[in-house]
Amino acid sequence: MNQAIRNVWIAILVFFTAIMGSLTYIQFFASEDLNANALNNRQLYRDFDLPRGAILVDGKPVAESVESDGDFKFQRVYHDPELYSHLTGFYSLTFGSKHLESVMNAELTGQSDSQFYDRLVNMLSGGTNDGASVELTIDPKLQETAYNVLPDGVQGTVIVSNPKTGDILAMASKPSYDTNKLAVVSGAQATTNMDKILETTGLSPNINPAIGHLIPPGSTFKILDVVAALESGKYDLDTVIDNPNSVILPGTRTPLGNFEQGICSGQSRAKLSFIVAQSCNTPFVEISQAVGQDALRDVTERFGFGQQLQVPLRVTPSVFPADMSAAQLAQSAIGQFDVKATPLQMNMVAMGIANDGVIMKPNLIKQVVASDLRVLEDPQPEQFSTATSKEVADQVTELMLGPVQSGTAMSAQIPGLEIAAKTGTAQIGNTGKVNSWITGFAPANDPQVAVTVVIEKVDYNTGHNLTGPSMKKILEAVFNK
Amino acid sequence: MSDVTTAPVPRRNLELGLLALALAVVTGANYLVSLSNESGIEQKWFTQSVALACMALAVHAVLRIWAKYADPIILPVVVALNGLGLAMIHRIDNATGDNAASRQLLWTGIAVAAAIITLWAVRDHRILRRATYIFLALSAFLLVLPLIPGLGREINGARIWVGLGPFSFQPGEIAKITLAIFFAGYLSSNRDLILLAGRKLGPLQLPRYRDLGPMIVAWLVSIGVLVFQRDLGSSILFFGLFMVMIYVATGRISWIVIGLAFVAVGGLLASQFMSHVTRRIDAWLNAFDPEVYNRAGGSFQIVQGLFGLGNGGLFGTGLGNGRPDLITYANSDMIVAALGEELGLFGITAVVLLYVVLVSRGIRAALGTRDAFGKLLAAGLSFTIGLQCFVVMGGVTRLIPLTGLTTPFLAAGGSSLLSNWIIVALLLLVSHGARRPAAVGPLTEPEKAGTAPGRRPQAAPATQEDAR
Repeated sequence: MNQAIRNVWIAILVFFTAIMGSLTYIQFFASEDLNANALNNRQLYRDFDLPRGAILVDGKPVAESVESDGDFKFQRVYHDPELYSHLTGFYSLTFGSKHLESVMNAELTGQSDSQFYDRLVNMLSGGTNDGASVELTIDPKLQETAYNVLPDGVQGTVIVSNPKTGDILAMASKPSYDTNKLAVVSGAQATTNMDKILETTGLSPNINPAIGHLIPPGSTFKILDVVAALESGKYDLDTVIDNPNSVILPGTRTPLGNFEQGICSGQSRAKLSFIVAQSCNTPFVEISQAVGQDALRDVTERFGFGQQLQVPLRVTPSVFPADMSAAQLAQSAIGQFDVKATPLQMNMVAMGIANDGVIMKPNLIKQVVASDLRVLEDPQPEQFSTATSKEVADQVTELMLGPVQSGTAMSAQIPGLEIAAKTGTAQIGNTGKVNSWITGFAPANDPQVAVTVVIEKVDYNTGHNLTGPSMKKILEAVFNK
Repeated sequence: MSDVTTAPVPRRNLELGLLALALAVVTGANYLVSLSNESGIEQKWFTQSVALACMALAVHAVLRIWAKYADPIILPVVVALNGLGLAMIHRIDNATGDNAASRQLLWTGIAVAAAIITLWAVRDHRILRRATYIFLALSAFLLVLPLIPGLGREINGARIWVGLGPFSFQPGEIAKITLAIFFAGYLSSNRDLILLAGRKLGPLQLPRYRDLGPMIVAWLVSIGVLVFQRDLGSSILFFGLFMVMIYVATGRISWIVIGLAFVAVGGLLASQFMSHVTRRIDAWLNAFDPEVYNRAGGSFQIVQGLFGLGNGGLFGTGLGNGRPDLITYANSDMIVAALGEELGLFGITAVVLLYVVLVSRGIRAALGTRDAFGKLLAAGLSFTIGLQCFVVMGGVTRLIPLTGLTTPFLAAGGSSLLSNWIIVALLLLVSHGARRPAAVGPLTEPEKAGTAPGRRPQAAPATQEDAR
């Protein structure tokens, strides 16, 4: 009988050993996988009970966590949400977090590397890890102006940056939405709100158009053609170039013409100053063939096409297609075919020309400040690339004065302010709709701001009548004119 | 019969020392829980700890009087488990705003009182054998009780409760004790018949068909519990208990083989024809399938438990710092996951080892006692605790499908506490019987008494029984 009892004991030991093995597997070997499982919302729940840092603009919170009596100890609250929605993103129990709320999550929750020492102290003292606040480079007045120059009902983006530092002073897009609607605790409510937001054409809470929409840049791309042309040594400001009303694209029977209502037809041979001011198309067929595909691609890459960039929001790389035929290259040279750029990319082109050929890395973060007001991170201006030489940049600046003085961007004129700018209109297939651009900077001799305005998917007149005047309004706000 | 001899030393002082250690640990745990409470430190930890200490010392005092040779390790281990359970239930109360800890403390009081009454009333476990068939009747009565209309209550699909006003109770928990007593009494009387008769088939000595009767009855009872009460856990428990006791009584491995065959048949039938069993197996196999996860009665609970354990990692989040309240039934069925999350792998392993020690001491009592009835009873009851731990912890850790059993002593639940404390009282009595000096009357030198051969007028009947 005792032998049987001993065997029972052994059986029980086997049971318990199996349990301990199973616990060890779960808590040690599989622990990381379990924590990372998509169904696991513990991390999210934990974060929702923690004081999360604020996102500040000029010292005032645009996103902050306020104490709540609800299911969680804190509720995320957004101020002026429509103005900042595409920057702050949202912090939602149902949809996770997006944009700065996601990218700066480590800082906002107090888990970043710069907060390591605080965490150590808190672990030993039993204190809680307070999140740090993130102060943006955004100028709130400029942001408001930028948002308001875009009429309701259009899809558009405005970017204002400081070409000398890379600081982004305004980055606004329409249509926008109320981020508070996604921050509600109730999953059902959040889902209903999300569905409603997604009904708006051209609006996704997951995409910031300024850095996430790839749009054919149209004639604003000619800035890069001109850089390539001047760098090649084959062209200078005095070179006279053929400017027919229409040319057949090389190797095809497809004609490419100058804009019908334009005044390009006034000069059948012209200098670059006239060509750029009136945004003539046909000379760029010749220029693109003369410069060549590789040289042009090299220029685009120096200005940021195809490059990974975080501001710290991830910027979708702009596209200059590879292996093009001569005809495709010619079309690309006027910012059509498969050339696509984000609004920020075309703002960086203006920044590079404005800053003597050097592009400063675009940046949204001014400081990261701990809850006891210590500065944890203080990003310094950083060079993104040397896009071209000072000589070329100066020449291009001179050319870009033309459109505002006497060309396609006269609607942006401000007395007493020298503005360098280039417009663009990219046709969208045969829809009759266009993407309307302007990108430039001012004052031309000592650039303080680079401004880019894009209106997407509008008819030509609406777009053209919005871009120039919008730039004007923004520059008036910047220089108090 | 007994080939293990123990020097009869009371060792109550060792028990007192270990009790102090156990109480210190659980008081510390309860204090930490209070400390981490959001709405400020409350005094619950203090009243709870004092109350638990008083109860523990009361049992200790009773043991000094009526069972002074009882195993000195069992009580401290049980107090530690019960106290840790109280602390964890208190901690989950803090998160949910419930007051389960106070109810648990009340039930602990009732359970400890029941244990003391058992110690006082039984004194010598052998008297239980006289009532073998009364316990059979009692078992049947307790099992049928929840099925009586008006009295029985169905909670979460299982009809295992009886309700009286606001009060609900699981008679099945007590039935596992009465069944163990009946099996022990029946098998100790009939084991020779079962043992000697039967044909041999290879290495297996098969029992006679008519000796299979009791096992078929036990199997039918288990299936009945499964079908009528829809309680898979108890069903496994009852049959496992019977299987092990008949194995211990006969020493024949054939009984285990036959028993497992019965289990296989029962399991196959249940998994095919009983929707709640099918669902549980599905939730076990496809736990991480989002569809199964989100289904009502799906794998949400088990997966949340796994997430909790994973979140705890090696060292745990610390008491009060995890989110065990995200798990449904965190303070009862899933308390192991809650403990694992906050105490980590190291903490939960310590808890598992406490069970190993407890069951081992119970087995030790079974080895040490001189009568077949006591051996069967102690082995059966110890195995019950071990099997129950395996079924519930295995379910939580996804080793086997999850069933709704409670973790002994830890989990919130009055019936389970009551029955487990009574089991402990019985194990203490058996161990007292095993370790006490054989002679009554004037105390002889312990060593002499232990080694004296032949001897013991008291033990003689038991020996005769064994040899019969």
